[in-house]
Amino acid sequence: MEEYTPFGHSDYQTIIANIKKFSSEGKKTAVISTINGDSNVPFYKELGNQGIKATDVPVVAFSVGEEELRGVDTKPLVGHLAAWNYFMSVKNPTNTAFIKEWTAYAKAHNLPGQKDKPLTNDPMEATYVGIHMWAQAVEKAKSTDTDKVIAAMAGQKFKAPSGFVLEMDAKNHHLHKPVFIGEVKSDGQFKVVWKTPGPIKAQPWSPYIPGNDKKKDEPEVKK
Amino acid sequence: MNKTLTARLFGPKAWGFLLAFAILALIVVPLLNLAVPGSSPLHVSTYWVTLIGKIMCYAIVALAMDLVWGYTGILSLGHGIFFALGGYGMGMYLMRSIGRDGVYHSDLPDFMVFLNWKELPWYWQGTEHFLYAMLLILLIPGLLALIFGFFAFRSRIKGVYFSIITQAMTYAAMLLFFRNETGFGGNNGFTDFKRILGFSITSPQTRVALFAVTAICLIGALLLGRYIVTSKLGRVLTAIRDAETRVMFSGYNPLPYKLFIWTLSAVICAIAGALYVPQVGIINPSEMGTANSIEIAIWTAVGGRGTLIGPLIGAGIVNGVKSWFTVAFPEYWLYFLGLIFILVTLWMPRGIVGLVGQLRERLRGKETQA
Amino acid sequence: MTLTRTLICKAGLALCLLAGSLLAQARPSPELVMQIATGDNDAKIAALNAIAASADSEARPLLEALRDDNLKSLAGKQAIIYDGETATDAITGAKLAKVPEELDDVVTNNRVTSALEAALAALDITSTDRDTRLQAVKHLQDSPDPAILPLLDKALTTEKDSEIATLLRYTQASAQLHHPDKAVRMAAIKTLGDSGDPEARQLLGGLLEKDGASYKEADGDVRLAAQHAIIAINHHLKLGEILGGLFTGVSLGSILLLAALGLAITYGLMGVINMAHGELIMIGAYTTFVVQNLIRTHAPSLFAYYPLIAIPIAFLVSAAFGALIERLVIRHLYGRPLETLLATWGISLVLIQLVRNIFGAQNVMVENPAWLSGGIQVMSNLILPWNRLAIIAFSILVVAGVALILTRTRLGLFVRAVTQNRQMASCVGVATPRVDTLAFALGSGIAGLAGCALSQVGNVAPDFGQGYIVDSFMVVVLGGVGQLAGTVYAALGLGVLNKLLEGYAGAVLAKIAVLVIIIVFIQKRPQGLFAVKGRFVED
Repeated sequence: MEEYTPFGHSDYQTIIANIKKFSSEGKKTAVISTINGDSNVPFYKELGNQGIKATDVPVVAFSVGEEELRGVDTKPLVGHLAAWNYFMSVKNPTNTAFIKEWTAYAKAHNLPGQKDKPLTNDPMEATYVGIHMWAQAVEKAKSTDTDKVIAAMAGQKFKAPSGFVLEMDAKNHHLHKPVFIGEVKSDGQFKVVWKTPGPIKAQPWSPYIPGNDKKKDEPEVKK
Repeated sequence: MNKTLTARLFGPKAWGFLLAFAILALIVVPLLNLAVPGSSPLHVSTYWVTLIGKIMCYAIVALAMDLVWGYTGILSLGHGIFFALGGYGMGMYLMRSIGRDGVYHSDLPDFMVFLNWKELPWYWQGTEHFLYAMLLILLIPGLLALIFGFFAFRSRIKGVYFSIITQAMTYAAMLLFFRNETGFGGNNGFTDFKRILGFSITSPQTRVALFAVTAICLIGALLLGRYIVTSKLGRVLTAIRDAETRVMFSGYNPLPYKLFIWTLSAVICAIAGALYVPQVGIINPSEMGTANSIEIAIWTAVGGRGTLIGPLIGAGIVNGVKSWFTVAFPEYWLYFLGLIFILVTLWMPRGIVGLVGQLRERLRGKETQA
Repeated sequence: MTLTRTLICKAGLALCLLAGSLLAQARPSPELVMQIATGDNDAKIAALNAIAASADSEARPLLEALRDDNLKSLAGKQAIIYDGETATDAITGAKLAKVPEELDDVVTNNRVTSALEAALAALDITSTDRDTRLQAVKHLQDSPDPAILPLLDKALTTEKDSEIATLLRYTQASAQLHHPDKAVRMAAIKTLGDSGDPEARQLLGGLLEKDGASYKEADGDVRLAAQHAIIAINHHLKLGEILGGLFTGVSLGSILLLAALGLAITYGLMGVINMAHGELIMIGAYTTFVVQNLIRTHAPSLFAYYPLIAIPIAFLVSAAFGALIERLVIRHLYGRPLETLLATWGISLVLIQLVRNIFGAQNVMVENPAWLSGGIQVMSNLILPWNRLAIIAFSILVVAGVALILTRTRLGLFVRAVTQNRQMASCVGVATPRVDTLAFALGSGIAGLAGCALSQVGNVAPDFGQGYIVDSFMVVVLGGVGQLAGTVYAALGLGVLNKLLEGYAGAVLAKIAVLVIIIVFIQKRPQGLFAVKGRFVED
């Protein structure tokens, strides 16, 4: 079952009813949610109030992180899942320092919302890593010329708050990152329940879609 | 009406300005961009050429809006749809002319490969021909406007009602274009264009050429607009704006007049959209957003409704300030834009052009007193 | 899902026979405790099921510790319950002299959590508190395991409450489907046929499946009974679906109504196109957010009632903003509807940015208090969420209130007079500017009420009001300008129509279809559903 909504959709009654119906037909049910942004709030509110618990129908979200959960009462959502390359709750010295830096920044710049409850999330971490890698590449290339920096990007390494040293693939310029799956906790943070042993190489093409086997993971070298 | 056409359109001074603008846009800017080396202070960078080209597209849209709103009193809050349709028409051609140079080296546009489509949908057939695509750019928005306008004006929907249903139409179209199944690239729209008519789309020469074409279209739209508003047709339009009932009682049927100007406005908008896309390099459904269409109205209002030069000035100033503001103080851009809306409607009902006129009269008044 | 769970339960049953039952009514055996604390997920589930079957009340501290993330393991050798202050050994119950430093969390995933809930429910089923028992039996109903049959039988003998007893009987019947006695099976199937429960349908369906060449249920009579029971359940479910669809439509309609009602006054009666209407809704929602936070910090005992307290405040705040907007801007633009539209659009941009600077661009959390969380289970597949029920009731109250104000009060009389003929009203001494301000404030205040209500179902962010502006205008225009009744019908009609179409065509196409229908409809009736009758001079 696949359903789409317009951007900014705020009424998930019908979709939740369909999910309930689907799961009541005895099939083992999980929901993969690609809902983006604000619409997550009405979705999860409806989910909670319709009594769908993670133990019956777990929802795996690809774009719900700490920041999205800020606007939701997470108590009814405990146990729902999200997949990211970083969670704020990951424990390692780099992350502790990262969170500390961000907290200080949010306070110093009086950022509304963030100053009372600073949150970090995957997109922030990705940006943080990205800008540092870019800086490293610029230093290596000794230039800010786009083409030279692109060339210098290949193979850059950076110790990321996720606790791993990330590396940019020398050929396809995707980042090798770890994957975490976390369960929502009642405080809006995630409890990591599964993770890859280390960073994995990005696979731009899903091997599960027929026809993709011919597509290459790395571009042919430009002439 | 025995004046010559040239004299009817503009006074000698205005013709002078127009000529100066044409020289500036068609000769001076291209030379400063292409012939003057980048180190020289006189060099106009490609960034500026593109930015001004973009703003000129907006100016054409504002002009089109003024023809229906300023002169005929029909406020459309959905002009974004015509702009976007024109843009999508051009985008289809540009997507096809990428050929096999896309990421997937397929004959199909990249997004279709991505969706695992095997062949072109029927409405994409023939779009690789430039002239056919141009025809689509004119015909599709024109037809849509004609049909929509015919039913709306025949039912004598006017004023705010008309504004609201244009808004509904554009909103519905936006939702439709957001779908991947519609076949226009979903929310990503079209991008990653490579060439137009065989020329690289990113080369400075192509940029300048597009800039020049936009300038010509702008001048053309201005002349056409001027021709219409100074004609008998234009008088009827203004009369419809001021008292539609009286126009009807005088024996005129407003329907064909409104329909003509509405459709024309839509087509001009579409041309602007088609010029906009190759310069900006992307078209996606957000161009049909509610806010975009309303912003078009504010360009016109800021410059001065019911004058033809006003919308051009309005579009130039608002977008110029926007380009600067959103870089310099992104936090305050919405305050600024919001305040413009409020102040202009409260104290400058005739826009900047009206304000200049008032100032001039006041000065003249002082002179005569002295 | 239930099937797999039953399989796991079977595994647990074997274990339970080995370890659990011998030690019943004593502390859970050290093996079980260690299995929960250090075993893998399957081992944990097996151990939890063993505890559930024994209904060993001594196991409660252990289970609760696991639920509250207080169960820890020390180097995989010792299970410890650590509540943040003191640490006790989970097996012996002895208090530890000092809290060990390196305690590992016992990680539970969803499957473990669900076994844990079943185990806790098995303990709660004999609780003295009615609600606890009700919750417990609902949990057990999800995983009917023959191993808990003795427990259910025992609970049924003492249960007085009819609702709980019914649920217990359903659970009992589910667990009896594979009973060796044919009469017991037939009775169980009959009971389940009345339950209308999709899970029961699933269990019954299992009887009809073939296991190789023979049916899982060997007896033909029993199979026939199961088929009848399934049909009965399907009827029941279909009814629930239809009612549910209707409810979602009415619920959406009530939200549209609340959002559009304020506009019906400012636009419908006064002719002011207020594009900042959405932002007045947003201000109402943020007011609710602020009230929520203030009550949480200053008067936590009143927290459950914060939406009620927020209602009048949201009304007043939005009304104050409305009055200010009317005085400063709209006042100067009467009779120029298109200009008002642009000016109020400008106001809306300023308000959005203002809120963004104060509260941040991200969503803020507005919590449902306990009485607005969850829902009432009307049928097995129909839950009506309390927050939506409350909004429907609230919208009825607001409409009634507005109708009263407009028809029964002096202000209402003045507003209607000014609407009909401004000059004449002014001539007979109505202070029209004052009436304008008050009427606009009223419309804005209702927008604030809508914001208060919307904060309970949706997100609250600076630009969330924009999502409602187009819909609200559609409702007002469709209903007919100047007609409150029209607004009500239009809102409900659009809500139900939208949800009906969504069921067939999906959310995107439904929305597009609704917009197209509105456009076509206005062609037919440019004055809306309920046009004001009579001859009017246009312009």
